[in-house]
This record gives sequence, structure tokens and C-alpha cells, in this order.
Amino acid sequence: MRAQKATAGEAEGISGAQAKVPEGTRAVLDGPEINRALTRIAHEVLERTKGGQEVTLLGIPSRGVPLAQRLARRIERVEDLAVPTGSLDITMYRDDLRLAPARALGRTEIPDGGLDDRVVVLVDDVLFSGRTVRAALDALGDLGRPRAVQLAVLVDRGHRELPIRADYVGKNLPTSLRENVDVRLSETDDQDAVLLGPARSRAGSAGSADQEVDS
Amino acid sequence: MRHLLSAGDLDRDQATLILDTASELAQVGDRSVKKLPTLRGRTVVNLFYEDSTRTRTSFELAAKRLSADVINFSAKGSSVSKGESLKDTALTLQAMGADGVVIRHSASGAAHRLSHWVDGSVLNAGDGTHEHPTQALLDAFTMRNRLGTLEGLRVAVVGDVMHSRVARSNVLLLTTLGAEVTLVAPPTLLPVSVGTWPCEVSYDLDSVLPKSDVVMMLRVQGERMNESFFPSVREYSRNYGLDGERLGRMPEHAIVMHPGPMVRGMEISAEVADSPRCTVTEQVANGVSLRMAVLYLLLGGS
Repeated sequence: MRAQKATAGEAEGISGAQAKVPEGTRAVLDGPEINRALTRIAHEVLERTKGGQEVTLLGIPSRGVPLAQRLARRIERVEDLAVPTGSLDITMYRDDLRLAPARALGRTEIPDGGLDDRVVVLVDDVLFSGRTVRAALDALGDLGRPRAVQLAVLVDRGHRELPIRADYVGKNLPTSLRENVDVRLSETDDQDAVLLGPARSRAGSAGSADQEVDS
Repeated sequence: MRHLLSAGDLDRDQATLILDTASELAQVGDRSVKKLPTLRGRTVVNLFYEDSTRTRTSFELAAKRLSADVINFSAKGSSVSKGESLKDTALTLQAMGADGVVIRHSASGAAHRLSHWVDGSVLNAGDGTHEHPTQALLDAFTMRNRLGTLEGLRVAVVGDVMHSRVARSNVLLLTTLGAEVTLVAPPTLLPVSVGTWPCEVSYDLDSVLPKSDVVMMLRVQGERMNESFFPSVREYSRNYGLDGERLGRMPEHAIVMHPGPMVRGMEISAEVADSPRCTVTEQVANGVSLRMAVLYLLLGGS
């Protein structure tokens, strides 16, 4: 935790200064805006959980994990509190496994001390249909019994298919189903940006489909 | 990937995907709820024509941890003892809607034949003296966990190579993954075709031991032997058995593996079998995670 703190500022300072925007898409959030949104969410988490003593952050792979780590660093900076942070892969709990070939699994890392009686804040990049969060709730049930579960997302793009809402939202972004929201983070994509572009076909034959779309 | 019939069918990426998936799934064994909902509503049939404790229970546990329904079928006490053929048994299971069939059979190639008769995925759990791919995968998984990498690893496979499906699967898989395999056995216990295998062959255990990172001991499969392949058990044990003294001559980081069942006093001494450098029980534990990975990758998708 401590070792990461020093490099954190640098990495976030450089990234996103000039977002490279691919053709046909436009940036709806740039690097500094992402940073501001995360800082606000960190404060909201501390407020809402009365100091965050019981909070455990769990990022949902792939891009929820670096977001959870960034939130943890901000909370540490503000409150001098090391928040247990981990990751929760939901692949095995997805409801659409049978619609595609078997996927590779992401990492699940539950912090020491487990999840019992913690306030678990799930962190993801985009909230869309809500199916990922549904899967995450099922996964949590098998891992322990948190006192409460909350949800933090960088972008809420609407079009929910399940009765699920986020507790902390970086940006509400009204979108059309024909659009695609693409969150890029310096940890995984060498730049910080949220891009809005035309939807790519799910079959994935489109040339620019270089990464999986988290929905 | 629809079936898993031979370790030789796997390319490096597929094999690595299976090992990576297994290391994620290994965590499930430490959780309070040791179950994932992934294969809910799918049926896995364990079709065992040969005796097995380890492999059958391992597959059964793996399928159950993924919430699949499991039907165990052994040749004893079934219509097979009344004279039903493999094909008719397979078609019966097919009619019952099996999504995956795990088969062990004493005839080499049985799994391959079965894959033409049923719609579901076929997993070879050992066919005669041919292959046992999940054993090779769990061996590779254990080596990677203990020693960090498989690239450049020097593996000696010692004993009854001729009757061993584990040896063939390991040679094929470990070579794919970048390890160097040396088979060590008396000339009578090497298959004729061994010259075409991608590995070294030696008749002298003592010269191979000091330059091995992994020593895998194989059981002498008396039940498959219809002639005498070596003069006496004592002589075999003296030349090709691993005892404490030989263990001492291995590099310090080197590990001893055994696919089980072990015959203590024959290919491995009790002292070595109980040593912390022997990974037999670890291999069994890893077997469950590995078979979960294989079942997920074969049956989990569309």
C-alpha cells in the first residue's frame, strides 16, 4: 500500500493530458475529469460510511480493479486510512455464459480478514444493464456475509434491465443503445478517458474491437 | 476445443489457459461456500470401465463444485456385465442428455471412438496405455506452482513407461509447454515407438537424477503385464526405485512426483513418499481445480 502511494500521483498526473480519441468516437470525460470524479466518490464513500472504517473496496475486472485501487489511494490521502482493497471476478456467475465460448477468468482477490460484517463497495467502470452487478451480488453471497453492499461506478449509461442502482456515480451519461461507452485507464490502456462511439457488433468482427466491452 | 482426448491436441495457448483457469479456481476450495453456479443444469456422466478412486472422485467433486449434475457409471453392476457394447452404452447416455462424458477404458482409443457417437464433450480420463491428459495437466500445474515456471524445466519420468498413459501425456504436454523431458526405464519397459517421441531416453537413473528439477515416478503396472519385463522386483527397485539416498543426490529444489497409486518399496521408498519434497497429495488437491478448469472450458460456453 505505502509503496504504491508514491507512484500514484505521478501516474495519474501524466495520464490523460492529451487523450487520443479514435475516429468516430468522442471523449466525454478526460483524465483530469476522471480524477475529479474519483476524488468526489472517495469523499462520498467516507461520508456515507461515517469514516469508512468498515469499508472494503472490491473492483470488478478488468477496469473496476484499477478504479478501486485509485479510490483506496484517495481515501488514504484524505483520511489516512488504509482501506482493504481486492478484486471480484464474476465470470463464473454470468447469466450469458452459454451465449459465447468459455471466457478466461479474471482474478479474485479477497483482502485478508474476509468480507463478513464489512461494508463492501463494488467498483466498476460502466453501469449498463445491471447484469454484471447482479452476478457480483451472487458471487458475494458465496464469499461471506457483508453488513452492506454498495456500488460505485465511473459512468452510469442507463438502460437497466434489472432493478439495480448505483450509490456513487462519477458521471451520468444518457446514451443510445446504438452507442458504446469505452472506459480507458492508464493502468490497462495507457491513457485515461471515457469515449463514446458507435456500438461495435457483439460478434466482434469489427476491426477496431481490440478489447472486450464491459456491460 | 470440444473434447479433451489427448494432451497432444493442446497448443501452448490452450494449455496455458487451462492452467491459468485452474489457479483461479483453486481459490474455491478455500471459500466458505465451495461451489460455483457455472454448470447448473448440465449433466456430466462419469463412465468408468476401469477401477479408479482418485480420478473418478476428482472428476465428480470438480463437476459438483461447478453445480453440474453427476451420474457415476461403472462397468461393474451395470448392463456392461450383461454384455452391452461401449457404443450402446454411449447411445443410452446420449438419449439421457449427457452434456459431458468422462470416460476411462482399458482399450486405447476408446475416448476417441466415443467422441464420434455422442453429441456432448468427451473427456479422456485414461484410455488403455494411450493417454491421460488431465493427469498431465495437473502434473504441469503442480510443477508450475512449486517451481514457478515450466519453460526449460528438466523433468525425468521414471519407470514403466511402456504401460503408462501418464508418461505419454506428460511428454506431449510438457514439451508443448517448453519443458525438457527425459524418460528413464529399463529397455524392456520402453515402447517401441519411443524414438519418435519428443524427448530424451536414458537407461541409467543415477546419471539423470542430478540434472533434474522434477522426478516423476511411475508405478509398475503389473495388471497390464503378461510376460516378465525384469528379473525381479528387488532388482527393479535397486536400479529404478527412488530411495532416500538417491533423493539426496537430486538438486535441492527438485521435487518428486507420482501420479498414484504408489507402491511403497517398489518404485518409491516410504521415506521418499513421506518427504515434504514429494507432491503426491498436492497433486490430488490440484487435480480437483484442474478438472474444474477443464469442465468449465469445455462445457461452460456455447
